[in-house]
Amino acid sequence: MKYIDEFRDGALARHLAGAIAREAEPTRHYSLMEFCGGHTHAISRYGIKDLLPPNVEMVHGPGCPVCVLPVGRIDSAIELASRPGLILATYADTMRVPASKGSSLLKAKARGADIRMVYSSADAIRIARDNPEREVVFFAIGFETTTPPTAVAILDAAALGLGNFSVFCNHVLTPAAIANILESPEVRDLGTVPLDGFIGPAHVSTVIGSQPYEYFAEEYGRPVVIAGFEPLDVMQAILMLVRQLNEGRAEVENEFTRAVTREGNGKAKALVAEVFELRRSFEWRGLGEVPYSALQIKEKYRRFDAEARYGLEYRSVADNKACECGAILRGVKKPIDCKVFGTVCTPENPIGSCMVSSEGACAAHYSYGRFKDVPVIAVAAP
Amino acid sequence: MTNVRSDYVRPVDFKHGHVDMTHGGGGRAMTQLIAELFLREFDNEWLRAQNDSACIAMPAGRMVIATDSHVVSPLFFPGGDIGSLSVHGTINDVAMSGAKPLYLAATFVLEEGFPLADLKRIVVSMAAASRAAGVPIVTGDTKVVEKGKGDGVFITTTGVGVVPDGVHIAGDQAQPGDAIIVSGSLGDHGVAIMSMRENLSFETTIESDSAALHGLVAAMVAVVPSIHCLRDPTRGGLVTTLNEIATQSRCGMVIRERDLPVKAQVSAACEFLGLDPLYVANEGKLVAMVPPAHAQRLLATMRAHPLGRDAALIGEVREDPLHFVQLDTSFGGRRNVDWLTGEQLPRIC
Amino acid sequence: MCLAIPARVVALPGPDAALIDIGGVRKRISLALVEGIAVGDYVIVHAGYALARLDPEEAERTLALFAEAAALLEAPGATP
Repeated sequence: MKYIDEFRDGALARHLAGAIAREAEPTRHYSLMEFCGGHTHAISRYGIKDLLPPNVEMVHGPGCPVCVLPVGRIDSAIELASRPGLILATYADTMRVPASKGSSLLKAKARGADIRMVYSSADAIRIARDNPEREVVFFAIGFETTTPPTAVAILDAAALGLGNFSVFCNHVLTPAAIANILESPEVRDLGTVPLDGFIGPAHVSTVIGSQPYEYFAEEYGRPVVIAGFEPLDVMQAILMLVRQLNEGRAEVENEFTRAVTREGNGKAKALVAEVFELRRSFEWRGLGEVPYSALQIKEKYRRFDAEARYGLEYRSVADNKACECGAILRGVKKPIDCKVFGTVCTPENPIGSCMVSSEGACAAHYSYGRFKDVPVIAVAAP
Repeated sequence: MTNVRSDYVRPVDFKHGHVDMTHGGGGRAMTQLIAELFLREFDNEWLRAQNDSACIAMPAGRMVIATDSHVVSPLFFPGGDIGSLSVHGTINDVAMSGAKPLYLAATFVLEEGFPLADLKRIVVSMAAASRAAGVPIVTGDTKVVEKGKGDGVFITTTGVGVVPDGVHIAGDQAQPGDAIIVSGSLGDHGVAIMSMRENLSFETTIESDSAALHGLVAAMVAVVPSIHCLRDPTRGGLVTTLNEIATQSRCGMVIRERDLPVKAQVSAACEFLGLDPLYVANEGKLVAMVPPAHAQRLLATMRAHPLGRDAALIGEVREDPLHFVQLDTSFGGRRNVDWLTGEQLPRIC
Repeated sequence: MCLAIPARVVALPGPDAALIDIGGVRKRISLALVEGIAVGDYVIVHAGYALARLDPEEAERTLALFAEAAALLEAPGATP
């Protein structure tokens, strides 16, 4: 597959690994956070850790929109789906996220809720058109990559005059999450989680461009390298970060030049701006309330807002006490630091969202990397 | 004086008719459906006897019995249908113990309203599969459930066979050092099914690989009777099967990504849907574990058979107290390939 | 929601629609988020929409960057 296979070449990987090993200063420790869930998955799936020298460490960040969706929002989705006659259209990723009282969308479906997995927001529009006598709600989640498709769906619904379609909006923003990590007490004050640099998300950046990250590089003095999705992209980005750190630079660099420009996708951004506005605050699983980090539907399109249409009341639900998802999402702890990892909490029976999504740090480690932990006793986090 | 008229029995309307509750009622309608469809298409000496059971002669050896239910949706897909699948699937389960499959039984649970044209298409397909494999369907049963209580049709097939003395092929027989061999390309069936699912529809020329493997198995066992394990990786794909055997045999395994046979289109479709071909169902492939000394000879035998042309040596069994199955990625790292969690839902993210 | 893949546009069957091909598998997607796409272009596809056109020259340049790492290595590096 063109533009995929060439970026997975094993021989080039070994050379890049060699370059990283040579250029990483032996007395220095490099702590790099990959923000995007897709990168977490690529790192685990391709065993990139095996190819890095021991002083270059990857810290997994909260870039998985499923992982950061709070339990209360899933509860609301289940509430919607349980309304008689209502069809809930959702991306497959949300189905197994644990909600309150041991429930989940998958279990609600088993109990009779009409929940349909879709590949695209356009499919949700089609379901609404095909079922004019039924209410259809699209469960919209995702960072800036997935927001434009939702915007298009709402504009299509408006153009078609669809009276039975609405969106339960849970779109969140990448720069706000990065800011929160950099602001979190551990990082800013205590310096417990040293984060030297970031690998910037791939496809979010095709939409928002590289420009929004310039603020972080300047304000917090951390280099950001936007990386494509394939494993060679990730390794090249790691090499670029190592070089910046060695040279004392803190700039935004773009490794994913084949799809990302500084300005991003103007057309997509305009469509999003037409339909959505910032929420003052939004709860993120593991990060608490984060200001100006999420989107809601504008007044002009409020008739397509499921929260308004169905009078949904959000109830915040605390995570299971043993669950360390919050600390893991901030990079403060590793999956093996969590007492319930691999025992009570497994992909089959996830307690927290880091274990549900295949891109969550816990699921990725459990599925791909757990064979390495076995001779090692988990080290307690500071 | 009355004229004695011979009864006119209107034939079953296979073009426009539908299953209704009388077809399961045990009365004339049911008998007629069975006669005009099942007995006619499956036709053999046992069915002609029209008993509720079949009396069969079993050759000497240990008897093997296997059973499978088939609930595939959609019922018709590129490369097959629920009928041919149900014949191949059970023949394969019997064959995986090294046994020669001899007879099949088939039961049908039909939903009220199911089109008889579709039922006939399925039964004709089953008959063809059964005849091609040389394994007759000698007895069966039909039930009808009310509309809404069944997904069109569910089929269960049970098969019996005989395994010759001296052959002991089972999931707990894998030994450290054994070569792991697959008979051909992975993931074809699952991708063919996915391509028909409404919300995922994509165009592809991939067909299900549904096939009866007993001929291939016979050829393999004839050349290497000391094969340790055979299994067909159906739901959950190759990795699920490897994990099952690893657990049963209390060992670990390592397989190599670059040696896995996967068709380009299957790879592309999986990429698209966020699936891993290692976990996607196959219906006409097998995985074998064999002492390393015999690996090359077994490979050559498989490749000489039409169903084993793309056979490949993909890895080794090894000592591992944790029974992990691991993958050496083409990229250069190593990772676990663990049990599947739940059903493989196509990822978006 | 990060799963997005590069695909080749093989036809433009309608306004804002494209038929894409990846390794022989084809699907219809929306071009509502991009402009100026022609048959033969590669686009990044996510959740049924093209998000961006893939720039082939930049792709070549990136691949060349990877290969540079090989050129720079004279002595074998400390490959783990």
